[in-house]
Amino acid sequence: MSDVTLHHGAEHAAEPHEHGHHHPFLQHHFEDLGQQHEASTLGMWFFVAQEILFFGGVFCAYFVYRAMYHDAWKLGSHHQDWKIGAVNTIVLIGSSLTMALAVWGAQAAKRKFTTLMLVLTLLLGGIFVGVKGYEYSVHIHHGLFPGAQTYTNLESTPELTRGVELFMTFYFTMTGLHALHMIIGAGLLLWFIKRTWRGDFGPEYYSPVEIMGLYWHFVDIVWIFLFPLLYLV
Amino acid sequence: MTDFPLFPEQASSVAPLVDGLYLFLVVVTGAVSLLIWLVIFYFAIKYRRRPDNELAQEQEPPAILEMTWTVVPLIVFIGIFVAGAWVFLRMQVVPRNALEVYATGRQWMWKFQHPTGQREINELHVPVGRAVKITMASEDVIHSLWFPVFRVKADVLPNRYRTMWFEATKTGRFHIFCAEYCGTSHSGMIGSVIVMEPTDYQRWLAGGTEGSLASQGEKLFQKYACNTCHMDNGTGRGPMLAGAYGKTRPLADGSNVVIDDNYIRESILHPQAKIAAGFQPVMPTFQGQVSEEDLIRLLAYVKSLPAPQTAGATPAQPVEPAANASTTTSSAATSTTNP
Amino acid sequence: MTSTTIEDAPFIEPSTKERRNYLNDEYGVLSWLLTKDHKRIAILYLFSVTIFFVVGGIFAFLMRLELLTPEGDMFTSDTYNKLFSLHGIVMIFFFLIPAIPAVMGNFILPIMLGAKDLAFPKLNLASWYIYIIGATFGVIVIITGGVDTGWTFYTPYSTQYSNTKVFATTLGAFITGFSSILTGLNFLVTIHRMRAPGLTWFRLPLFVWAMYATSIVIMLATPVLAITLVMLMVERALGVGIFDPALGGDPVLYQHMFWFYSHPAVYIMILPGMAIISECVAAFTRKKVFGYKFVAFSSLAIAFLGFLVWAHHLFVAGISVYSALIFSFLSMCVAVPSAIKVFNWTATMYKASVSWNTPMLYVLGFIGLFTIGGVTGLFLGALGVDIHVHDSYFVVAHFHYIMVGGTIMAYMAGLHYWWPKITGRMYPEWWARLSALLVFVGFNLTFFPQFLVGYVGMPRRYHAYAPEFQVLNVLSTAGATVLAMGYLLPMVYFAWSLKFGRKAGSNPWGAVGLEWATTSPPPKENFHETPVVTWEAYDYPAFLKAMQETQHV
Repeated sequence: MSDVTLHHGAEHAAEPHEHGHHHPFLQHHFEDLGQQHEASTLGMWFFVAQEILFFGGVFCAYFVYRAMYHDAWKLGSHHQDWKIGAVNTIVLIGSSLTMALAVWGAQAAKRKFTTLMLVLTLLLGGIFVGVKGYEYSVHIHHGLFPGAQTYTNLESTPELTRGVELFMTFYFTMTGLHALHMIIGAGLLLWFIKRTWRGDFGPEYYSPVEIMGLYWHFVDIVWIFLFPLLYLV
Repeated sequence: MTDFPLFPEQASSVAPLVDGLYLFLVVVTGAVSLLIWLVIFYFAIKYRRRPDNELAQEQEPPAILEMTWTVVPLIVFIGIFVAGAWVFLRMQVVPRNALEVYATGRQWMWKFQHPTGQREINELHVPVGRAVKITMASEDVIHSLWFPVFRVKADVLPNRYRTMWFEATKTGRFHIFCAEYCGTSHSGMIGSVIVMEPTDYQRWLAGGTEGSLASQGEKLFQKYACNTCHMDNGTGRGPMLAGAYGKTRPLADGSNVVIDDNYIRESILHPQAKIAAGFQPVMPTFQGQVSEEDLIRLLAYVKSLPAPQTAGATPAQPVEPAANASTTTSSAATSTTNP
Repeated sequence: MTSTTIEDAPFIEPSTKERRNYLNDEYGVLSWLLTKDHKRIAILYLFSVTIFFVVGGIFAFLMRLELLTPEGDMFTSDTYNKLFSLHGIVMIFFFLIPAIPAVMGNFILPIMLGAKDLAFPKLNLASWYIYIIGATFGVIVIITGGVDTGWTFYTPYSTQYSNTKVFATTLGAFITGFSSILTGLNFLVTIHRMRAPGLTWFRLPLFVWAMYATSIVIMLATPVLAITLVMLMVERALGVGIFDPALGGDPVLYQHMFWFYSHPAVYIMILPGMAIISECVAAFTRKKVFGYKFVAFSSLAIAFLGFLVWAHHLFVAGISVYSALIFSFLSMCVAVPSAIKVFNWTATMYKASVSWNTPMLYVLGFIGLFTIGGVTGLFLGALGVDIHVHDSYFVVAHFHYIMVGGTIMAYMAGLHYWWPKITGRMYPEWWARLSALLVFVGFNLTFFPQFLVGYVGMPRRYHAYAPEFQVLNVLSTAGATVLAMGYLLPMVYFAWSLKFGRKAGSNPWGAVGLEWATTSPPPKENFHETPVVTWEAYDYPAFLKAMQETQHV
């Protein structure tokens, strides 16, 4: 008596519980590292797709109100310092460069180089968030945080004031969500720095760094859209 | 337990159309549903599992069958769309000479104002056999004005005028319901529409003593000193309003605007939003000073102003409501989200 | 015995030797709460969604009790408003959206694909915890006073006027949405990358096709709800006017954004139901599903077209005539693929071998009731009629026919169909058939009168109503009582079956599918050896042959 089984015919024999036999980071439900790599990459692409829809929603609302309150949108944008925004943009693009280099380095098993690149990415990301924090503090100091009492009589007419408050609401919501994604990315980077230093990655297993790169580039691209929409109206 | 109706009364000109469409749908969809029910039960019985047919015979499905039951439903559904759209479009066109009524919804009551000045709360008197156009806004949240016996309904939005119309074909007292959830007493925001013979309606109207809506508006126009800037001879600091309703005028930023209900309302509450070309942005806002009902009175007044007589100009005519006010959707110059 | 025929298939008794399976592999609470096994996670979900089904059902029953009389005499208006709001929120976010994907999808999908688990088992467990966290917010809201905005949270009522727990509720829904997204992501990657050798796309069970389509919808629609709720929370917390007209916002924009998710959401709720129906139809007719490719592609068509029709919820809200016409037309189109499925399932029964087991009873109920629900959608898509019946009980009846007469019937079908696989036990068949009958009768008695009372003029979300609506409301409440019994009985007999139910073999139904090629319950890694698929979907003779060749009896 036995349970019903079927012909075993797969080339990739999944022999369970023979740890010496396969890569330490191969998860047991995958046949081989190749499948695992493909699965995690595809997973991150799907995740990025839904993130696009997530940010897309607030972008859509932004455009609706921009059409409705064109002048107020211009005024709101003038409250932002485009030079600081430009610096932050360059910082972030730089961090994408270091991230891309880190992916290459992980694949090439260059442990120290990869760790350095990841640290730089983290640093640049930290600078970005720090600068953003500074910008926020300036806005708050000027009474521009939405919902504040200082929003009466800010501009020449009540309509424009209301429109600027709406703009600032979008500013804080959009950049806030973006910064949240960056902070999550920073946390992940810390973990990856630890893993890289430990020597986890090499040519046959580097997909975690690759998908981290995918995520980081996506967050960068969101900022590429945010910058002109919020600073350069 | 009283008698219970399965159909509301047909009391408007469009009600038979709506009911006709409904019955058509009931028959068609009912027939199809019944057919499916019968077929699946018939098959389930006829082909039930017995020892001699433990395994079914396979057939290759003919592609034509799939095509047929894809294309035929599609055609039927599109036919339904056409029928529905036809009835809907009939409901959109406001007949000329419609009686204008203004409505305000607020938690949790309906207020109606007649052009002759009568105000009603939760009741609306209308004459039978005459089109009635309701222009309405909400004072707070979204409500929805529904007359089941007329088969018409429209959401009532805050800060924006919308219109709907009906022509009652039967006298009597019928339900008014609020049909968009609006808080605690949503189910208490109900009333009655009382449809009367024309003579009875005139008699009821004559009972009002406040003067017409437009004349009430004229009093407000003077009370708020609007006439000091908006002068009849066009020499004031503000644009001339006489005869302006329904016209297209240029704005300071180069675009044009149609002077409709929503533009007038916006200009009173948010005068800086759209400045008329050639004028300074000096008009103060009246938000917080003018109530919804006062807004309606002022609106009625401005709409009633005839174009001034000048040499060579067309003689003064009573201003007709603009064609675009005949749609039940908002013809707001402020952009609404019309995708 | 050296061969297995269909007649023997029903009960291949497991050996008396104690079998290791995923249930007895490890013991202890932590082995469940920290499991990465998709089967155990499915059971965790099963417990959670069942609890919320009961909670939501209690709210519904209280509403129906109130509606026995025209006056609002049982509860205050505020309480009643909270009841209908919480009924909708609990049922949709904490039961209907997760139930079939997270219970049956989680359990069966990897096995159907011949995989050992989903692509991301840890993410799967995280999904459950995220769901629990979101649902906990829901529970806190219920305990601390509730929310009264309706599950639709229309502005400006929800942002500026309601003094109930709007922020906490939307936060809970927001969090739960991510559970849904991660589950969908897991399914998509698993289907793409972890199919067993020989399992090509067109050999996949139709359950997989429909779950694939569902996952696409989840991934693309749910984030839009998430951001909409974020903006709602920002408005509520800061008092700004994103959607409030008094402060410059547009309440109709909120409706557009909300329904952009929530219409596809209804397809998230029905497609998994259709997935189960396809499986059960094949199993209980012992035939290939008629028009396999048409049924498979119709799932994708529903997913795609479902994104194009959202504004049919806004026909009376103030959209332009042109928009209304376009969305009405598209709404008619989205009905076609569903019709195709119904016809194909029906045609499958022709010259078939139809068994009258409980799952099939639910399938028959589904086909009949979903058809009615679907055609009443045509009423709502027809502009001329929608103006009259929008926001009336006609709409309430329509969506309950689809969600209860459709999805929940399918859920029950799936639960009975896969119960032996999940637990290794059979449920008691006659009690189950009785319950199915009670559900069918109770359901129709509850909801058919609502079509009538809606057209006559009863608006929805009404605490008190005009007296002439009473008879129909009484019928509806009577039906609800019967329906409740039909749902309570299974809870009793399923629990009973865990200890006393007849033990089930690998393939008690004689059905085709990889899940029937392993033991009941399955071993932890699903299969002792990776299966190789050599048969087409639902090909009974080929599957039987493959089973016979590998059986060592």
